[in-house]
Amino acid sequence: MAVPGIRNVADARQRLMATAESQAAWTALDCGFAAVADVFDECWAAARQHIAPAERPAFLDAARTIGKLGRGAEPLLAFLEGWPRVVATLALPQSAILPTLMDSIRRLQKSPNAPAVTPLLQTLGAVAERLRSADALADYQTLALDLAERTAGSIHGRQTTHPSPALPNFLRQAPRLLGLLSLAGMRRWIDSGIRLTSPHPEQQRAYFALASPESRALLQREREGTLFADVERRLGLGLAALWTDDSPLVPYSTAFAAPGLRPYLAADGMRLPDALGTLSGIDGLQRYRAMLAHLAAHRQWSRPLVADNWSPLQRLAVETFEDARIDVLLLRRFPGLRPVLLALHPQPAEDACDPERINSLRHRLTCLSRACLDADHPYTAVATREFAAGLHALLADGEASTRAVAELALAWAARTRVPSDQYANVHFADTEIDYRDDNRHLWTFIEAGDEEDSFDPPPTLAKPERAGLPPRHYPEWDGATQSFRPDWAAVYEALHPAGNPADIDRLLERHALLARRLKRLLDLLKPQDRVRLRYQEDGSELDLDVAVRAWTDWRSGRLPDPRINVSHRTNGRDISVLLLIDLSQSLAARLPGSEQRILDTAREAVALLGWAIGELGDACAIAGFHSNTRHEVRYHHIKGFSEAWDDTVKARLAAVEAGYSTRMGAAVRHAGHALSGRHSEKRILLLLTDGEPADIDVTDPDYLIADTRQAVETLAAEGISTFCLSLDPNAERYIGRIFGNRWRVLDRIENLPEQLPMAYLNLTR
Amino acid sequence: MTSPDAYRIRKQPFYQPQGNEVDLYEAAYAARLPVMLKGPTGCGKSRFVEYMAWKLGKPLVSVACNEDMTAADLVGRYLLDAGGTRWQDGPLTLAARIGAICYLDEIVEARQDTLVVIHPLTDHRRALPLDKKGEQLAAHPDFQLVISYNPGYQSLVKDLKQSTKQRFTAFSFDYPPAALEGQIVAAETGIAAALAEQLVSVAQAGRRLKGHVLDEGISTRLIVYAATLIVHGIPPADACRMAMVRPITDDADVIDALNHAIAAIFD
Repeated sequence: MAVPGIRNVADARQRLMATAESQAAWTALDCGFAAVADVFDECWAAARQHIAPAERPAFLDAARTIGKLGRGAEPLLAFLEGWPRVVATLALPQSAILPTLMDSIRRLQKSPNAPAVTPLLQTLGAVAERLRSADALADYQTLALDLAERTAGSIHGRQTTHPSPALPNFLRQAPRLLGLLSLAGMRRWIDSGIRLTSPHPEQQRAYFALASPESRALLQREREGTLFADVERRLGLGLAALWTDDSPLVPYSTAFAAPGLRPYLAADGMRLPDALGTLSGIDGLQRYRAMLAHLAAHRQWSRPLVADNWSPLQRLAVETFEDARIDVLLLRRFPGLRPVLLALHPQPAEDACDPERINSLRHRLTCLSRACLDADHPYTAVATREFAAGLHALLADGEASTRAVAELALAWAARTRVPSDQYANVHFADTEIDYRDDNRHLWTFIEAGDEEDSFDPPPTLAKPERAGLPPRHYPEWDGATQSFRPDWAAVYEALHPAGNPADIDRLLERHALLARRLKRLLDLLKPQDRVRLRYQEDGSELDLDVAVRAWTDWRSGRLPDPRINVSHRTNGRDISVLLLIDLSQSLAARLPGSEQRILDTAREAVALLGWAIGELGDACAIAGFHSNTRHEVRYHHIKGFSEAWDDTVKARLAAVEAGYSTRMGAAVRHAGHALSGRHSEKRILLLLTDGEPADIDVTDPDYLIADTRQAVETLAAEGISTFCLSLDPNAERYIGRIFGNRWRVLDRIENLPEQLPMAYLNLTR
Repeated sequence: MTSPDAYRIRKQPFYQPQGNEVDLYEAAYAARLPVMLKGPTGCGKSRFVEYMAWKLGKPLVSVACNEDMTAADLVGRYLLDAGGTRWQDGPLTLAARIGAICYLDEIVEARQDTLVVIHPLTDHRRALPLDKKGEQLAAHPDFQLVISYNPGYQSLVKDLKQSTKQRFTAFSFDYPPAALEGQIVAAETGIAAALAEQLVSVAQAGRRLKGHVLDEGISTRLIVYAATLIVHGIPPADACRMAMVRPITDDADVIDALNHAIAAIFD
């Protein structure tokens, strides 16, 4: 007896199918799911269409296996609906791909990841459409299985018992990922993901669902084609050079924005896609430039029109005519762009669509636009030829105007209108003109905004801003993969809070004796701007005294001194130095056998050094840093290059306190950024630290060492020399790997106030 | 004494006036007022002086100033020879003696304390004291001092002292308008007017980057170089790259942007 609400399993098996063949297949499938029975007829029809008769038993066999996995109806439904599409897409015999898939399913089924079979099958069709080869599809499955194996959790390391948190999300995102990445890029993205998130299931889930910012950033890095970020400067320069246009260029995300978003002109800049691949043999950079040229030409020659009284059809016509006018003018000014524009502009076959049955409006307009740009166009339609000639006639003596072109467009619309223009079935093939924008700037609407009712929520008050500058993001070097992690560390720069400047004066007084000794040294080093060099064989001028003496010697038969000239030499010190102090918690430790903290000693030393550098006349800046994970590297501004060594600076130095950790690379990069603006002959970054780089979100001690090394090398390439003064007696272990031979360990911390200025003087002598 | 003829300009230099600068200069010369020419590099300052010297029929003594130049380099110095020491006039003294136009090119390159020696020649005294020689040299009635410098020079250290600036009348030069510049290039090198105009538009693309990334725009002189290369059979795009892009910058992005401009302008 049937219980209400519970389906009888036997019912589904005995369901009647539409044809005898279908019925036989259903029996062979031996499946009790009613949901499958409901759609089996359509699935079988699709399978008959795409799968060869000889291979259909194998298909049913596989389906039966999937139906009996114990995962419910969903995997079977996904397989029955998706598989014929996979076979059709790849255009291969089923035997070339099915065994690999079944093997993958079997391996998943045997592991804790068995539920992932469903998403695997659900997205397989879309994935196959992106990959289009049996080998690639097999590689994709290997990647997925590998990911499953590496991310499945184990307890006490004995065997994997927890399913991979990453795999289902990854399989769901796979079609979108493969739309953006190659398989190799995807492999790198997966590797990075596993390494970054490995002990945290939540982070892993977010990463592989493309929900975390670093996942998106790393995805962006692996993108195929030309990345906007890589060419932004070149594009901006080109825009300024050719169009005297310095609009900001702003990328929009092609991976996450609504599909079909075109470049557009916005009030605050030109919007361009964030990555472009090669299209019709035109590489991404050239495509960007074509887009920019079109946008800039719009900005120069287009004026907005009132849209309210025109139908969508008329507006589309006006937009196309205006685009064509802009392109003609553009090519008139820059004929060299013609090959690129013509390659990107589609040339639809004239008879590509049947205007009796399909809406051919876009097709007609694309043909017309092509005819306007390309004198050798193949089109024979009278209207196309006539209106293309009309546009050229309009532009024969001058630039015409948007309004004049709109008249022409309306005439075209009236002349060529056909009933099918109202059909919903639009012919789209070959009508997308890649480099053109969406023309939103072309229209103004009078009606819009007339409504009095406003349902917008009242504007909320802006959140109070953090003191200091917005963060600067720096990449970090990952030694394990030899690549940068993009925008990894956020550095917040802020003025250090002020304390009491008198404290510093007191410190300096305590070291008055040392200061006097230093001053004598400094006077020796201080440059005299212009030095007279006497007794030169070659020089700019005769030194008359010496010359007369030599002349007298010669006349009296003695050997004259030939060094009778004098010359001048300028002797300037042109040095900018930035002293970067590590303010991590370890600085708060006390000196052995004393009440004084290392921090206090360091403060004395820095005060003396700051004073000494000021005396010497070198440009000097002082900053401190510490970090609390990569999201918060604090960079404290203590003294700027243009600030004098006065009470404000001393007050900041007096208030310096120790805390948090030492993320050295990000701080070094930021200090380099400050130094790179200096034009001195010699730029020095002097780093005072008491230990190795470390932070609480990093477990691998070598990671930050490798990163700091990379930062130092980058600065060296820019001509900034970094020198490290370390207070860590065990620094030899690692410091050479970071700074090469540019480091020194100051072993007796109590002598720091003396050693630090002396070290600086020796470095810059 | 050196003959003034050695410093005369024999052949008429090509100079295309942009405005009434020729008349103004003639008036300044008639009153023997010192003249300062300001303008970006390669816009025709030196050519203008040559042309005026030729037009007025006066000798021209040019000095390219540099950082290491001393007052002695301008005024003169004692040298040794078989008979003892001998005074050798510097170019400034020479010009003052023979009544030439003395042209100090890129004067800001010289050190400011060196330039003080020109002061007595540029006011009512019109005299040059040669202290080492013990001579007070009164300038020849035909003598005139002309200096040039580039105000766009990106340096905070190099500028003229106010006390020097305020001794001169000044002309401000700039790159000529596009049409005129095209004519100049065509007349100077003999290339077709249309091609000259294209070269000028490449240069203008470069000039628009001035201040963004370039210290100086592409000068008329470089356009002329490019045109000269074209006359010698080099394809225009190559000539532009060689004469107008590579000399002015090492920045790969700028080079790329300008190459794109060249590709866009030449068919």
